[in-house]
Amino acid sequence: MLELRDLAAVRSNTLLFRRVSLLLHAGEALRVTGPNGAGKTTLLRMICGLTEPARGEVAWDGTPIGTLGDEYRARLAFLGHQEGHFGDLTAAENLRLAGHNVAPDAVVAALELVGLGTLADQPARFLSQGQRRRLGLARVRLRAAPLWILDEPLTGLDRQGVELTAHLLAEHLADGGLAVLTTHQDLPGLDDVLRQLDLGA
Amino acid sequence: MIGQVFRRELLLAWRRPGDTLLPLTFFIIVGSLFPLGVGAEPALLRSIGPGAVWIAAVLATLLGLPRLFAADQHGGALEQLLLSPAPLALLVAVKVLAQWLTSGLPLALAAPVLALGFGLDFRDLGVLLAGLLLGTPLLNLLGAISAALTLGLRGGGALLGLLVLPLYVPVLIFGSGAVQAAALGFGAGANLSLLAAMLVLAVVFAPWATAAALRISLD
Repeated sequence: MLELRDLAAVRSNTLLFRRVSLLLHAGEALRVTGPNGAGKTTLLRMICGLTEPARGEVAWDGTPIGTLGDEYRARLAFLGHQEGHFGDLTAAENLRLAGHNVAPDAVVAALELVGLGTLADQPARFLSQGQRRRLGLARVRLRAAPLWILDEPLTGLDRQGVELTAHLLAEHLADGGLAVLTTHQDLPGLDDVLRQLDLGA
Repeated sequence: MIGQVFRRELLLAWRRPGDTLLPLTFFIIVGSLFPLGVGAEPALLRSIGPGAVWIAAVLATLLGLPRLFAADQHGGALEQLLLSPAPLALLVAVKVLAQWLTSGLPLALAAPVLALGFGLDFRDLGVLLAGLLLGTPLLNLLGAISAALTLGLRGGGALLGLLVLPLYVPVLIFGSGAVQAAALGFGAGANLSLLAAMLVLAVVFAPWATAAALRISLD
């Protein structure tokens, strides 16, 4: 259970948003929308614990994430604007050495799943933007964390990629996972579980 | 988790040999320029030798510092490191260790060869090597703090140099002092012990300071 308690964000002396309070239960996803510069990425970074809120706090299962520390980070998978791949490592190595133990079979399966099966031994710097997003998605899925935080996961993806993302999200939520994401595109098949937060309003 | 980061760092260094070889090449070039510039008088060369090698080592280390975190920050890998469910200080320590193994250690091992050009005798070469083996990890650890503090700043490279050079002064003094003391027959024990003590302190505290600086830089 993810809880945002009265969050406010200030960036270079401008108030981006305030009084953002919300409760997200297992099996639910939150879609954050708003015009450019409304603070969507800032909110996502706050939920990760990368940025300190100007006011308020983020809590996981009732405990502030600052208190939980590594225990919270172990339950978190983050896909940022930049995926965090190493260009000099291959796609498979990027998944294998992402910092958590995964079986070699699982890496192959994850690459197949996101449509990068034939590119496993390709250095990540040769991947296209859409392929990089797909590889990022594979990493998030391999992490097996209950909370997914995805910043614009659909950017650069083709229609198949969007459907794949929606499918993986639906699967994750059906398993009792949670997700917070930003996008303005439609996610097919997620209407029942997708909640909205409009930062521009 | 920790082991994976270590393997990843070594693999990355292996894949980008240019990054690893640059400080070493720079070290050898700077060190070889001294005898050419100063002239071939043996007594003079022997007396400036330890200092020249140490200055070259400090400058070569400085050259590799900005890349420690900047390369990861660029692609978003640093955010992922911060979100790892392991103590960040430990991850930082592993990264610095990998950097030292791939750039600091080769530098220390190449130093005796360079020092031969200054006419240092074998006992002094041993002291120089011991000093550099203690001193180069210290330079990397202190440099990591400054690299984290200046991460993402405009003109961060110049600021990095300004921040880190005062920290390097004691290392330089005791490191080159060790060889000079040995050459004068006083024994290098005191200088090397001080270097070792500084290294112990840096191993304990520098990763924490670096981790804290990273969190601030990425906020």
